[in-house]
Amino acid sequence: MKLLSAIPFATTALALAVLTFAAPAPAADTVDPVKDATAFRKFFTDKFPKVKLEDFVNGPYSMNEDLHKQWEEKEQFPPYEFSLEMGKEMFTKPFKNGKSYEDCFPNKGIGVRQNYPAFDEKEGKVVTLELALNRCREANGEPAFSYVRDEMAALTAYMAFTSRGKPMDIKIPNDPRALEAYEKGKEYFYTRRGQLNFSCATCHVQSPGERIRAEVLAPALGILNAMPIYRSEWNGMGTTSRRFTTCNSQIRGVPLTPQDDEYRNVEYYLSYVSNGLPISGPGARP
Amino acid sequence: MASTIRVRATSNGDITEVQALIQHPMDSGFVKDAKGEIIPPHFIQQLTFEYDGRNVFAADWGGGVSRDPYVKFAFKGGKKGDDLKISWVDNKGATDTTTAKIQ
Amino acid sequence: MNMLKSVLISVLLLAGSAGAFAASEDDYKAAYAAAEAANKEAANLRNQWTTTAATLAAAKKSADAGDFDKATAAAKEAEALAKASSFQATSEKTRWKDLEIR
Repeated sequence: MKLLSAIPFATTALALAVLTFAAPAPAADTVDPVKDATAFRKFFTDKFPKVKLEDFVNGPYSMNEDLHKQWEEKEQFPPYEFSLEMGKEMFTKPFKNGKSYEDCFPNKGIGVRQNYPAFDEKEGKVVTLELALNRCREANGEPAFSYVRDEMAALTAYMAFTSRGKPMDIKIPNDPRALEAYEKGKEYFYTRRGQLNFSCATCHVQSPGERIRAEVLAPALGILNAMPIYRSEWNGMGTTSRRFTTCNSQIRGVPLTPQDDEYRNVEYYLSYVSNGLPISGPGARP
Repeated sequence: MASTIRVRATSNGDITEVQALIQHPMDSGFVKDAKGEIIPPHFIQQLTFEYDGRNVFAADWGGGVSRDPYVKFAFKGGKKGDDLKISWVDNKGATDTTTAKIQ
Repeated sequence: MNMLKSVLISVLLLAGSAGAFAASEDDYKAAYAAAEAANKEAANLRNQWTTTAATLAAAKKSADAGDFDKATAAAKEAEALAKASSFQATSEKTRWKDLEIR
């Protein structure tokens, strides 16, 4: 009696043991951004063989021919023009203490957007362009701008414009903290959140070119290259921070505070895997 | 003060194509602000493009047109170097006008 | 027969009135506190849902209006939502790799 009942138990135990040892090892524990970026790019070029690599930065327009035509026309007289002009004015105007943004950035802030976000080894964290701009303001006795309103959008629009065409060039220094920030950014990108249980990847990796309600979804490759963007939906210009927070609330997740670590890290990750693709900002989107 | 109207008109000898981008809030009067109060209506009501003393394009707008409206149209005629005059009047009585040369 | 009828009726009436367990203000307060605690845990996991906050607000609104049945029900729903959001955050710590492009 005891032996008979022991056999199924043993079989089960054996089966479990086999499964445990036969189970595939979890994905490589070493962080390899170069490998990630190659795989990331290949995923999208394989999925959309007719799209030229540099066109991925045009988001939904690279996914839909009709939208592309309308967008090309609009680019002759782009809706972000007013914001861009305002940004140029703001950027060149000195602070009350006589200094200006030019003193905070390499090359006076011209043609440097493609280097952001950057890992700050002194601070041990990722610094985004928006964060750098506000730190510049505060260091010079000026109040910080909201990360989601027009002024920050105008400033980043101007800086993006001076870098137009330059390839995204994000560096990950040989520092375990930088690798960790990159990896955390990657984790954020693929983690599902909100009551709708969407991750960034749900829309931008699984469904680019398809529609969510009336909008055509952009591919994740090059998705930040056009920032900041004039969105018709917003009837105005919006920053990367604005897009992150609104994406969160759209899937019924309470947004974090702009420039929280998670946002800085995901911007780092997304920008890095889009290295080589041209800066196309400021952009226009539906 | 800088004009609120950006315009580009190009003629191919036969037809002149015009594009204009106008800076204006175009508040419909139906949208509420963050405090829950209605943003009062503030939109362009009349828009005219004048060439050679006559209107080649005229629009009567309401609150349904979005902020910073973009207009594109073509008209027969129009010579390179000639003037094209654009004017608008909004519901508050404000106006702006600009003149561009057809390229 | 009449006696039986009146007893039957009174029993039925008694049953009817005691059918729905009426929530008291204390019930609501306990449920709300539990929901808030669960939502706080979700906040620590950096994964609150907007619907949790909205349901909590609805619970409070019902309570202020004196409808503790509705308020308690909403508070219990908010707690469930908050717990679900915490579960999501915890399980996603490993599940996210399923979506990763390799």
